[in-house]
Amino acid sequence: MGKLWEVFMLSFSKISQLIDSWLRATFNATWTMVIEMVIAGVCVIGLFAALGLVLVLMERRVAAWIQIRLGPNRVGPGGMLQSLADTLKLLVKEGMTPDGADKFLFNLAPFIAMMVAMLLMAPIAFAKDFQLWDLNIGVLYISAVSSLMVISILMAGWASNNKYSLMGAMRSGAQIVSYELSAGLSILTVVILSGSLNLNEIILSQSDGWWIFKGHIPVIISFVIFIIAVTAETNRAPFDLAEAESELTAGFHTEYSGMKFALFFLAEYINVFIVCAIGATLFLGGWMPFHIGHWEGFNHVMDFIPSSLWFFGKTFFLIFLIMWFRWTFPRLRIDQLLNLEWKYLLPISMFNILLVTVMAILGWYF
Amino acid sequence: MDKNLNSKNSSSSPSSGGGLVQYIKDVFNGVKSLLVGLRRTMYYFTHHKEIITEQYPDNRATLVFPERFKGEVVMTHDENNEHACTGCTACELACPNATIKIITKFDVSPEGKKKKAIDKFVYHLELCTMCNLCIVACPTDAIKMAQTFEHSVYNRADLTKILNKPGSKIREGVE
Repeated sequence: MGKLWEVFMLSFSKISQLIDSWLRATFNATWTMVIEMVIAGVCVIGLFAALGLVLVLMERRVAAWIQIRLGPNRVGPGGMLQSLADTLKLLVKEGMTPDGADKFLFNLAPFIAMMVAMLLMAPIAFAKDFQLWDLNIGVLYISAVSSLMVISILMAGWASNNKYSLMGAMRSGAQIVSYELSAGLSILTVVILSGSLNLNEIILSQSDGWWIFKGHIPVIISFVIFIIAVTAETNRAPFDLAEAESELTAGFHTEYSGMKFALFFLAEYINVFIVCAIGATLFLGGWMPFHIGHWEGFNHVMDFIPSSLWFFGKTFFLIFLIMWFRWTFPRLRIDQLLNLEWKYLLPISMFNILLVTVMAILGWYF
Repeated sequence: MDKNLNSKNSSSSPSSGGGLVQYIKDVFNGVKSLLVGLRRTMYYFTHHKEIITEQYPDNRATLVFPERFKGEVVMTHDENNEHACTGCTACELACPNATIKIITKFDVSPEGKKKKAIDKFVYHLELCTMCNLCIVACPTDAIKMAQTFEHSVYNRADLTKILNKPGSKIREGVE
Protein backbone atom coordinates (compact mmCIF):
# COMPACT_ATOMS: atom_id res chain seq x y z
CA MET A 1 0.00 0.00 0.00
CA GLY A 2 2.80 2.38 0.95
CA LYS A 3 4.59 1.50 -2.29
CA LEU A 4 1.47 2.21 -4.34
CA TRP A 5 1.00 5.53 -2.65
CA GLU A 6 4.60 6.45 -3.43
CA VAL A 7 4.13 5.64 -7.10
CA PHE A 8 0.94 7.65 -7.15
CA MET A 9 2.62 10.61 -5.52
CA LEU A 10 5.60 10.43 -7.89
CA SER A 11 5.37 14.00 -9.06
CA PHE A 12 6.71 15.55 -12.23
CA SER A 13 9.48 17.25 -10.29
CA LYS A 14 10.67 13.92 -8.84
CA ILE A 15 10.64 12.28 -12.26
CA SER A 16 12.64 15.11 -13.74
CA GLN A 17 15.11 15.00 -10.86
CA LEU A 18 15.56 11.26 -11.29
CA ILE A 19 16.23 11.64 -15.00
CA ASP A 20 18.59 14.51 -14.38
CA SER A 21 20.66 12.69 -11.76
CA TRP A 22 20.82 9.56 -13.90
CA LEU A 23 22.00 11.56 -16.91
CA ARG A 24 24.59 13.40 -14.82
CA ALA A 25 25.94 10.13 -13.53
CA THR A 26 26.14 8.62 -17.02
CA PHE A 27 27.24 11.48 -19.27
CA ASN A 28 29.32 14.63 -18.85
CA ALA A 29 27.73 18.04 -18.29
CA THR A 30 27.50 19.08 -21.94
CA TRP A 31 25.84 15.88 -23.10
CA THR A 32 23.47 15.97 -20.16
CA MET A 33 22.43 19.44 -21.25
CA VAL A 34 21.93 18.37 -24.87
CA ILE A 35 19.96 15.24 -23.95
CA GLU A 36 17.79 17.16 -21.51
CA MET A 37 17.02 19.74 -24.19
CA VAL A 38 16.03 16.99 -26.61
CA ILE A 39 13.82 15.37 -23.98
CA ALA A 40 12.19 18.73 -23.22
CA GLY A 41 11.61 19.37 -26.92
CA VAL A 42 10.04 15.96 -27.43
CA CYS A 43 7.86 16.47 -24.35
CA VAL A 44 6.68 19.86 -25.62
CA ILE A 45 5.86 18.45 -29.05
CA GLY A 46 4.08 15.52 -27.43
CA LEU A 47 2.12 17.89 -25.23
CA PHE A 48 1.21 19.94 -28.31
CA ALA A 49 -0.12 16.92 -30.14
CA ALA A 50 -2.04 15.68 -27.12
CA LEU A 51 -3.48 19.13 -26.41
CA GLY A 52 -4.53 19.55 -30.03
CA LEU A 53 -6.41 16.25 -29.98
CA VAL A 54 -8.01 16.82 -26.60
CA LEU A 55 -8.94 20.47 -27.06
CA VAL A 56 -10.48 20.01 -30.51
CA LEU A 57 -12.60 17.18 -29.19
CA MET A 58 -13.48 19.17 -26.08
CA GLU A 59 -14.46 22.18 -28.16
CA ARG A 60 -16.71 20.11 -30.40
CA ARG A 61 -18.30 18.40 -27.43
CA VAL A 62 -18.89 21.65 -25.54
CA ALA A 63 -20.32 23.25 -28.68
CA ALA A 64 -22.62 20.30 -29.24
CA TRP A 65 -23.90 20.22 -25.67
CA ILE A 66 -24.53 23.94 -25.65
CA GLN A 67 -26.44 23.63 -28.92
CA ILE A 68 -28.45 20.62 -27.67
CA ARG A 69 -26.65 18.21 -29.99
CA LEU A 70 -24.58 15.10 -29.35
CA GLY A 71 -21.33 16.08 -31.04
CA PRO A 72 -18.84 13.59 -32.50
CA ASN A 73 -20.15 10.09 -31.80
CA ARG A 74 -19.08 7.83 -34.67
CA VAL A 75 -15.31 7.32 -34.54
CA GLY A 76 -14.19 5.24 -31.61
CA PRO A 77 -16.02 4.85 -28.31
CA GLY A 78 -18.33 7.83 -27.95
CA GLY A 79 -16.52 9.64 -30.75
CA MET A 80 -13.31 9.86 -28.72
CA LEU A 81 -11.10 9.18 -31.74
CA GLN A 82 -12.72 11.76 -34.00
CA SER A 83 -9.94 14.32 -33.72
CA LEU A 84 -7.30 11.62 -34.24
CA ALA A 85 -9.03 10.62 -37.47
CA ASP A 86 -9.19 14.27 -38.54
CA THR A 87 -5.48 14.67 -37.86
CA LEU A 88 -4.70 11.61 -39.96
CA LYS A 89 -6.81 13.03 -42.75
CA LEU A 90 -5.00 16.37 -42.59
CA LEU A 91 -1.61 14.61 -42.60
CA VAL A 92 -2.27 12.86 -45.89
CA LYS A 93 -3.84 15.85 -47.61
CA GLU A 94 -1.90 17.89 -50.12
CA GLY A 95 -0.51 21.16 -48.79
CA MET A 96 -1.03 23.43 -51.76
CA THR A 97 0.72 26.74 -52.38
CA PRO A 98 -1.23 29.11 -54.61
CA ASP A 99 0.44 30.34 -57.80
CA GLY A 100 0.29 34.03 -56.97
CA ALA A 101 1.48 33.60 -53.38
CA ASP A 102 4.81 34.67 -51.97
CA LYS A 103 6.00 31.08 -51.63
CA PHE A 104 8.66 31.54 -48.98
CA LEU A 105 6.55 33.62 -46.60
CA PHE A 106 3.48 31.51 -47.28
CA ASN A 107 5.25 28.35 -46.19
CA LEU A 108 7.05 30.03 -43.32
CA ALA A 109 3.99 31.54 -41.63
CA PRO A 110 2.52 28.36 -40.06
CA PHE A 111 5.87 27.46 -38.58
CA ILE A 112 6.21 30.90 -37.01
CA ALA A 113 2.80 30.40 -35.45
CA MET A 114 3.94 27.09 -33.97
CA MET A 115 7.30 28.47 -32.86
CA VAL A 116 5.67 31.31 -30.96
CA ALA A 117 3.39 28.83 -29.24
CA MET A 118 6.43 26.70 -28.33
CA LEU A 119 8.36 29.67 -26.98
CA LEU A 120 5.43 30.54 -24.75
CA MET A 121 5.56 27.08 -23.17
CA ALA A 122 9.00 27.77 -21.68
CA PRO A 123 8.24 29.73 -18.49
CA ILE A 124 4.99 28.00 -17.55
CA ALA A 125 5.10 26.01 -14.32
CA PHE A 126 3.16 22.83 -14.99
CA ALA A 127 3.58 21.46 -11.49
CA LYS A 128 5.49 22.11 -8.31
CA ASP A 129 9.16 22.64 -9.26
CA PHE A 130 8.44 21.56 -12.82
CA GLN A 131 9.21 24.25 -15.34
CA LEU A 132 11.25 24.38 -18.52
CA TRP A 133 12.84 27.72 -17.77
CA ASP A 134 12.61 29.53 -14.43
CA LEU A 135 12.85 33.01 -15.83
CA ASN A 136 13.05 36.01 -13.52
CA ILE A 137 11.04 38.12 -15.99
CA GLY A 138 8.53 35.42 -16.91
CA VAL A 139 5.52 37.73 -17.13
CA LEU A 140 7.35 40.22 -19.33
CA TYR A 141 8.66 37.42 -21.53
CA ILE A 142 5.17 36.03 -22.05
CA SER A 143 3.59 39.36 -22.89
CA ALA A 144 6.45 40.14 -25.28
CA VAL A 145 6.51 36.82 -27.09
CA SER A 146 2.74 36.41 -27.32
CA SER A 147 2.55 39.54 -29.46
CA LEU A 148 4.78 37.84 -32.05
CA MET A 149 1.79 35.68 -32.85
CA VAL A 150 0.36 38.44 -34.99
CA ILE A 151 3.44 38.37 -37.23
CA SER A 152 2.61 34.87 -38.43
CA ILE A 153 -0.98 35.93 -39.10
CA LEU A 154 0.07 39.05 -41.00
CA MET A 155 2.63 36.99 -42.89
CA ALA A 156 0.05 34.39 -43.86
CA GLY A 157 -2.47 37.02 -44.89
CA TRP A 158 -0.02 39.03 -46.95
CA ALA A 159 1.72 36.09 -48.61
CA SER A 160 -1.56 34.44 -49.65
CA ASN A 161 -2.14 37.25 -52.16
CA ASN A 162 -5.85 37.06 -51.52
CA LYS A 163 -8.07 39.90 -50.42
CA TYR A 164 -9.90 37.86 -47.79
CA SER A 165 -6.67 36.71 -46.25
CA LEU A 166 -5.23 40.21 -46.22
CA MET A 167 -8.36 41.68 -44.66
CA GLY A 168 -8.39 39.01 -42.00
CA ALA A 169 -4.74 39.60 -41.25
CA MET A 170 -5.16 43.35 -41.01
CA ARG A 171 -8.09 42.99 -38.66
CA SER A 172 -6.08 40.63 -36.55
CA GLY A 173 -3.25 43.16 -36.44
CA ALA A 174 -5.54 45.96 -35.25
CA GLN A 175 -7.10 43.61 -32.74
CA ILE A 176 -3.91 42.33 -31.16
CA VAL A 177 -2.30 45.76 -31.00
CA SER A 178 -5.33 47.04 -29.08
CA TYR A 179 -6.06 44.11 -26.80
CA GLU A 180 -2.44 43.63 -25.83
CA LEU A 181 -2.78 46.80 -23.77
CA SER A 182 -5.58 45.68 -21.54
CA ALA A 183 -4.15 42.17 -21.27
CA GLY A 184 -0.87 43.71 -20.13
CA LEU A 185 -2.54 46.06 -17.68
CA SER A 186 -4.61 43.31 -16.13
CA ILE A 187 -1.49 41.16 -15.73
CA LEU A 188 0.19 44.16 -14.10
CA THR A 189 -2.32 44.16 -11.25
CA VAL A 190 -1.02 40.78 -10.13
CA VAL A 191 2.57 41.90 -10.64
CA ILE A 192 1.90 44.91 -8.41
CA LEU A 193 0.35 42.79 -5.69
CA SER A 194 2.96 40.04 -5.72
CA GLY A 195 5.87 42.37 -6.41
CA SER A 196 7.55 40.02 -8.85
CA LEU A 197 7.76 39.24 -12.55
CA ASN A 198 8.88 35.70 -11.87
CA LEU A 199 6.03 33.23 -12.45
CA ASN A 200 7.30 30.93 -9.73
CA GLU A 201 7.41 33.69 -7.17
CA ILE A 202 3.95 34.81 -8.20
CA ILE A 203 2.69 31.29 -7.55
CA LEU A 204 4.48 31.12 -4.21
CA SER A 205 2.93 34.45 -3.18
CA GLN A 206 -0.45 32.73 -3.51
CA SER A 207 0.30 29.96 -1.01
CA ASP A 208 -2.02 31.60 1.53
CA GLY A 209 -4.79 32.25 -1.01
CA TRP A 210 -5.16 32.85 -4.70
CA TRP A 211 -4.97 36.42 -5.90
CA ILE A 212 -8.54 36.34 -7.13
CA PHE A 213 -9.65 35.82 -3.50
CA LYS A 214 -6.98 37.90 -1.82
CA GLY A 215 -7.30 40.88 -4.12
CA HIS A 216 -11.04 41.49 -3.76
CA ILE A 217 -13.00 43.28 -6.46
CA PRO A 218 -10.13 45.02 -8.31
CA VAL A 219 -8.44 41.69 -9.05
CA ILE A 220 -11.75 40.15 -10.08
CA ILE A 221 -12.25 43.06 -12.49
CA SER A 222 -8.77 42.61 -13.90
CA PHE A 223 -9.39 38.86 -14.19
CA VAL A 224 -12.52 39.52 -16.24
CA ILE A 225 -10.62 42.00 -18.41
CA PHE A 226 -7.79 39.51 -18.79
CA ILE A 227 -10.17 36.79 -19.98
CA ILE A 228 -11.80 39.16 -22.49
CA ALA A 229 -8.45 40.42 -23.76
CA VAL A 230 -6.89 37.00 -24.20
CA THR A 231 -10.00 35.74 -25.97
CA ALA A 232 -9.39 38.58 -28.41
CA GLU A 233 -5.66 37.94 -28.58
CA THR A 234 -6.12 34.31 -29.49
CA ASN A 235 -8.62 35.32 -32.20
CA ARG A 236 -11.46 33.29 -30.82
CA ALA A 237 -15.15 34.06 -31.07
CA PRO A 238 -16.66 36.53 -30.31
CA PHE A 239 -13.46 38.20 -31.49
CA ASP A 240 -12.67 35.88 -34.41
CA LEU A 241 -12.70 38.66 -36.98
CA ALA A 242 -9.43 37.41 -38.39
CA GLU A 243 -11.12 34.34 -39.78
CA ALA A 244 -14.80 35.37 -39.72
CA GLU A 245 -16.14 32.45 -41.75
CA SER A 246 -19.28 34.25 -42.84
CA GLU A 247 -17.50 37.30 -44.25
CA LEU A 248 -13.96 36.27 -45.14
CA THR A 249 -14.37 32.53 -45.87
CA ALA A 250 -11.55 31.67 -43.47
CA GLY A 251 -9.60 34.92 -43.16
CA PHE A 252 -5.86 34.58 -43.02
CA HIS A 253 -5.81 30.81 -43.56
CA THR A 254 -8.17 30.75 -46.54
CA GLU A 255 -5.44 29.51 -48.87
CA TYR A 256 -3.92 26.96 -46.53
CA SER A 257 -4.59 23.27 -46.78
CA GLY A 258 -3.33 20.01 -45.37
CA MET A 259 -0.75 20.10 -42.62
CA LYS A 260 -0.02 23.81 -43.02
CA PHE A 261 -3.64 24.56 -42.15
CA ALA A 262 -3.42 22.05 -39.34
CA LEU A 263 -0.47 23.93 -37.86
CA PHE A 264 -2.51 27.14 -37.71
CA PHE A 265 -5.41 25.23 -36.26
CA LEU A 266 -3.18 23.61 -33.67
CA ALA A 267 -1.48 26.91 -32.86
CA GLU A 268 -4.86 28.44 -32.07
CA TYR A 269 -5.64 25.75 -29.53
CA ILE A 270 -2.14 25.78 -28.07
CA ASN A 271 -2.44 29.52 -27.63
CA VAL A 272 -5.74 29.10 -25.87
CA PHE A 273 -4.10 26.60 -23.57
CA ILE A 274 -1.17 28.91 -22.91
CA VAL A 275 -3.20 32.01 -22.12
CA CYS A 276 -5.43 29.96 -19.85
CA ALA A 277 -2.36 28.52 -18.16
CA ILE A 278 -1.07 32.05 -17.61
CA GLY A 279 -4.45 33.16 -16.31
CA ALA A 280 -4.49 30.19 -13.95
CA THR A 281 -0.95 30.96 -12.81
CA LEU A 282 -1.55 34.64 -12.18
CA PHE A 283 -5.05 34.70 -10.77
CA LEU A 284 -5.87 31.17 -9.64
CA GLY A 285 -2.60 30.21 -8.03
CA GLY A 286 -1.04 27.95 -10.66
CA TRP A 287 -0.34 24.56 -9.08
CA MET A 288 -1.23 25.81 -5.59
CA PRO A 289 -3.96 23.72 -4.00
CA PHE A 290 -7.17 25.34 -2.81
CA HIS A 291 -6.98 26.29 0.84
CA ILE A 292 -9.60 27.81 3.10
CA GLY A 293 -8.30 29.89 6.01
CA HIS A 294 -7.66 27.69 9.05
CA TRP A 295 -9.55 24.55 8.09
CA GLU A 296 -6.52 22.35 8.73
CA GLY A 297 -8.20 19.08 7.77
CA PHE A 298 -9.65 20.42 4.55
CA ASN A 299 -6.35 22.03 3.56
CA HIS A 300 -4.51 18.78 4.27
CA VAL A 301 -6.86 16.83 1.99
CA MET A 302 -6.38 19.41 -0.73
CA ASP A 303 -2.60 19.08 -0.40
CA PHE A 304 -2.85 15.41 -1.31
CA ILE A 305 -4.10 16.22 -4.82
CA PRO A 306 -0.99 16.37 -7.05
CA SER A 307 0.08 19.88 -8.05
CA SER A 308 -0.04 19.03 -11.77
CA LEU A 309 -3.70 18.10 -11.41
CA TRP A 310 -4.39 21.44 -9.77
CA PHE A 311 -2.64 23.26 -12.59
CA PHE A 312 -4.36 21.38 -15.39
CA GLY A 313 -7.71 21.51 -13.64
CA LYS A 314 -7.60 25.29 -13.35
CA THR A 315 -6.31 25.66 -16.89
CA PHE A 316 -9.04 23.48 -18.32
CA PHE A 317 -11.62 25.35 -16.30
CA LEU A 318 -10.50 28.58 -17.98
CA ILE A 319 -10.43 26.86 -21.36
CA PHE A 320 -14.00 25.78 -20.80
CA LEU A 321 -14.87 29.37 -19.92
CA ILE A 322 -13.43 30.58 -23.22
CA MET A 323 -15.23 27.83 -25.15
CA TRP A 324 -18.43 28.75 -23.36
CA PHE A 325 -17.98 32.35 -24.58
CA ARG A 326 -17.40 31.17 -28.10
CA TRP A 327 -20.62 29.26 -28.32
CA THR A 328 -22.70 31.94 -26.61
CA PHE A 329 -21.74 35.31 -28.05
CA PRO A 330 -22.16 36.54 -31.61
CA ARG A 331 -19.14 37.96 -33.42
CA LEU A 332 -18.38 41.66 -32.99
CA ARG A 333 -17.98 44.09 -35.84
CA ILE A 334 -14.51 45.62 -36.21
CA ASP A 335 -15.61 49.05 -34.96
CA GLN A 336 -17.42 47.51 -32.01
CA LEU A 337 -14.30 45.55 -31.26
CA LEU A 338 -12.10 48.63 -31.18
CA ASN A 339 -14.74 50.59 -29.25
CA LEU A 340 -14.86 47.89 -26.61
CA GLU A 341 -11.11 48.03 -26.14
CA TRP A 342 -10.37 51.74 -26.33
CA LYS A 343 -13.53 53.12 -24.71
CA TYR A 344 -14.28 50.48 -22.13
CA LEU A 345 -11.59 47.93 -21.32
CA LEU A 346 -8.59 50.26 -21.41
CA PRO A 347 -10.04 53.07 -19.25
CA ILE A 348 -11.47 50.57 -16.80
CA SER A 349 -8.23 48.66 -16.52
CA MET A 350 -6.23 51.88 -16.08
CA PHE A 351 -8.53 53.00 -13.30
CA ASN A 352 -8.38 49.51 -11.87
CA ILE A 353 -4.59 49.48 -11.82
CA LEU A 354 -4.65 52.75 -9.89
CA LEU A 355 -6.99 51.15 -7.39
CA VAL A 356 -4.78 48.09 -7.05
CA THR A 357 -1.72 50.25 -6.54
CA VAL A 358 -3.44 52.11 -3.72
CA MET A 359 -4.55 48.77 -2.30
CA ALA A 360 -1.03 47.37 -2.46
CA ILE A 361 0.51 50.44 -0.82
CA LEU A 362 -2.03 50.52 2.00
CA GLY A 363 -1.96 46.73 2.35
CA TRP A 364 -5.71 46.30 1.89
CA TYR A 365 -5.49 42.70 0.92
CA PHE A 366 -5.18 39.48 2.87
CA MET B 1 -8.09 60.63 -13.85
CA ASP B 2 -11.79 60.75 -13.15
CA LYS B 3 -12.29 63.97 -15.07
CA ASN B 4 -10.32 62.61 -17.95
CA LEU B 5 -12.49 59.53 -18.06
CA ASN B 6 -15.60 61.64 -17.91
CA SER B 7 -14.80 63.99 -20.76
CA LYS B 8 -13.47 61.18 -22.89
CA ASN B 9 -16.58 59.13 -22.65
CA SER B 10 -19.30 61.72 -22.61
CA SER B 11 -18.41 62.59 -26.17
CA SER B 12 -18.04 59.03 -27.33
CA SER B 13 -20.71 57.15 -25.43
CA PRO B 14 -23.14 55.63 -27.92
CA SER B 15 -26.19 56.60 -25.88
CA SER B 16 -25.82 60.36 -26.40
CA GLY B 17 -24.07 62.10 -23.52
CA GLY B 18 -24.89 61.27 -19.94
CA GLY B 19 -21.27 61.33 -18.84
CA LEU B 20 -19.73 58.98 -16.33
CA VAL B 21 -23.03 57.76 -14.88
CA GLN B 22 -24.24 56.72 -18.31
CA TYR B 23 -20.87 55.12 -19.01
CA ILE B 24 -21.03 53.00 -15.88
CA LYS B 25 -24.64 52.12 -16.64
CA ASP B 26 -23.60 51.01 -20.13
CA VAL B 27 -20.90 48.78 -18.70
CA PHE B 28 -23.27 47.21 -16.18
CA ASN B 29 -26.01 46.66 -18.72
CA GLY B 30 -23.53 45.17 -21.15
CA VAL B 31 -22.15 42.76 -18.57
CA LYS B 32 -25.66 41.88 -17.43
CA SER B 33 -26.87 41.04 -20.93
CA LEU B 34 -23.78 38.89 -21.51
CA LEU B 35 -24.46 37.04 -18.27
CA VAL B 36 -28.04 36.37 -19.33
CA GLY B 37 -26.73 34.76 -22.51
CA LEU B 38 -24.16 32.75 -20.62
CA ARG B 39 -26.79 31.51 -18.19
CA ARG B 40 -28.95 30.27 -21.04
CA THR B 41 -26.13 28.31 -22.71
CA MET B 42 -25.02 26.94 -19.35
CA TYR B 43 -28.55 25.72 -18.80
CA TYR B 44 -28.39 23.82 -22.09
CA PHE B 45 -24.94 22.50 -21.26
CA THR B 46 -25.98 21.14 -17.88
CA HIS B 47 -29.37 19.82 -19.00
CA HIS B 48 -28.08 17.36 -21.54
CA LYS B 49 -31.29 15.41 -22.01
CA GLU B 50 -33.20 16.71 -24.98
CA ILE B 51 -31.30 16.31 -28.26
CA ILE B 52 -32.72 18.25 -31.18
CA THR B 53 -30.70 16.55 -33.91
CA GLU B 54 -31.88 13.34 -35.58
CA GLN B 55 -29.49 10.42 -35.01
CA TYR B 56 -30.28 9.45 -38.59
CA PRO B 57 -29.05 5.99 -39.52
CA ASP B 58 -29.78 4.73 -36.00
CA ASN B 59 -33.36 5.94 -35.81
CA ARG B 60 -34.24 5.03 -39.36
CA ALA B 61 -37.06 2.74 -38.31
CA THR B 62 -38.72 5.38 -36.16
CA LEU B 63 -38.21 8.48 -38.31
CA VAL B 64 -41.15 10.87 -38.18
CA PHE B 65 -41.53 13.35 -41.01
CA PRO B 66 -43.34 16.65 -40.96
CA GLU B 67 -46.59 16.47 -42.90
CA ARG B 68 -45.37 18.76 -45.67
CA PHE B 69 -42.00 17.08 -46.24
CA LYS B 70 -41.63 16.36 -49.99
CA GLY B 71 -39.30 13.63 -51.18
CA GLU B 72 -40.29 12.58 -54.68
CA VAL B 73 -43.27 12.46 -57.04
CA VAL B 74 -45.14 9.16 -57.14
CA MET B 75 -48.30 8.03 -58.88
CA THR B 76 -50.92 6.43 -56.67
CA HIS B 77 -52.20 3.04 -57.75
CA ASP B 78 -55.09 1.24 -56.13
CA GLU B 79 -55.36 -2.51 -55.46
CA ASN B 80 -56.56 -3.22 -59.01
CA ASN B 81 -53.37 -1.64 -60.36
CA GLU B 82 -55.35 1.32 -61.60
CA HIS B 83 -54.29 4.93 -61.48
CA ALA B 84 -56.08 8.23 -62.12
CA CYS B 85 -53.83 9.74 -64.77
CA THR B 86 -55.62 10.77 -67.94
CA GLY B 87 -52.47 11.89 -69.72
CA CYS B 88 -53.64 15.50 -69.90
CA THR B 89 -50.01 16.75 -69.53
CA ALA B 90 -51.03 19.53 -67.14
CA CYS B 91 -48.19 18.48 -64.84
CA GLU B 92 -45.70 18.44 -67.71
CA LEU B 93 -46.71 22.00 -68.61
CA ALA B 94 -46.60 23.12 -64.99
CA CYS B 95 -43.11 21.78 -64.35
CA PRO B 96 -40.50 24.56 -64.41
CA ASN B 97 -37.55 22.21 -65.09
CA ALA B 98 -39.02 19.80 -67.63
CA THR B 99 -38.83 17.06 -65.04
CA ILE B 100 -41.92 15.27 -66.32
CA LYS B 101 -42.40 13.83 -69.79
CA ILE B 102 -45.66 12.06 -70.61
CA ILE B 103 -45.76 9.66 -73.50
CA THR B 104 -49.31 8.93 -74.57
CA LYS B 105 -50.89 6.16 -76.57
CA PHE B 106 -54.38 5.37 -77.76
CA ASP B 107 -56.36 2.65 -76.10
CA VAL B 108 -59.02 1.02 -78.21
CA SER B 109 -62.16 0.26 -76.26
CA PRO B 110 -64.33 -2.83 -76.97
CA GLU B 111 -66.75 -0.62 -78.86
CA GLY B 112 -63.93 0.35 -81.19
CA LYS B 113 -63.56 3.86 -79.82
CA LYS B 114 -60.07 5.32 -79.49
CA LYS B 115 -59.20 6.85 -76.16
CA LYS B 116 -56.05 8.76 -75.21
CA ALA B 117 -54.14 7.20 -72.30
CA ILE B 118 -50.63 7.32 -70.87
CA ASP B 119 -48.02 4.92 -72.09
CA LYS B 120 -45.21 6.14 -69.87
CA PHE B 121 -45.12 8.78 -67.19
CA VAL B 122 -41.40 9.66 -67.21
CA TYR B 123 -40.13 11.45 -64.13
CA HIS B 124 -36.57 12.78 -63.89
CA LEU B 125 -35.84 12.82 -60.18
CA GLU B 126 -32.40 14.34 -60.78
CA LEU B 127 -34.04 17.48 -62.21
CA CYS B 128 -36.84 17.81 -59.69
CA THR B 129 -36.77 20.61 -57.14
CA MET B 130 -39.79 19.32 -55.19
CA CYS B 131 -41.71 22.53 -55.93
CA ASN B 132 -45.07 20.72 -55.81
CA LEU B 133 -46.44 22.56 -58.89
CA CYS B 134 -47.24 19.34 -60.76
CA ILE B 135 -49.28 18.03 -57.85
CA VAL B 136 -51.20 21.31 -57.71
CA ALA B 137 -51.76 21.24 -61.47
CA CYS B 138 -53.08 17.68 -61.62
CA PRO B 139 -56.89 17.77 -62.15
CA THR B 140 -57.46 14.17 -61.05
CA ASP B 141 -55.03 13.89 -58.11
CA ALA B 142 -53.18 11.11 -59.87
CA ILE B 143 -49.77 12.05 -58.53
CA LYS B 144 -48.60 13.01 -55.07
CA MET B 145 -45.44 13.73 -53.15
CA ALA B 146 -43.96 10.78 -51.26
CA GLN B 147 -41.78 11.15 -48.18
CA THR B 148 -38.93 8.93 -49.29
CA PHE B 149 -35.57 10.63 -49.28
CA GLU B 150 -32.77 8.09 -49.71
CA HIS B 151 -32.35 8.70 -53.40
CA SER B 152 -28.63 8.03 -53.87
CA VAL B 153 -27.81 5.72 -56.76
CA TYR B 154 -24.60 4.74 -58.51
CA ASN B 155 -25.91 5.41 -62.00
CA ARG B 156 -27.58 8.62 -63.04
CA ALA B 157 -29.95 6.77 -65.33
CA ASP B 158 -31.50 5.12 -62.27
CA LEU B 159 -32.95 8.48 -61.32
CA THR B 160 -35.16 8.55 -64.39
CA LYS B 161 -38.29 6.76 -63.28
CA ILE B 162 -41.43 5.52 -64.96
CA LEU B 163 -44.20 6.31 -62.52
CA ASN B 164 -47.07 4.24 -63.92
CA LYS B 165 -46.67 0.62 -62.95
CA PRO B 166 -46.40 -1.94 -65.76
CA GLY B 167 -49.79 -3.17 -66.84
CA SER B 168 -51.65 -0.47 -65.01
CA LYS B 169 -54.55 1.31 -66.57
CA ILE B 170 -56.75 4.26 -65.83
CA ARG B 171 -59.47 3.80 -63.28
CA GLU B 172 -63.04 3.64 -64.56
CA GLY B 173 -64.85 6.91 -64.40
CA VAL B 174 -61.85 9.20 -64.28
CA GLU B 175 -62.06 11.66 -67.14
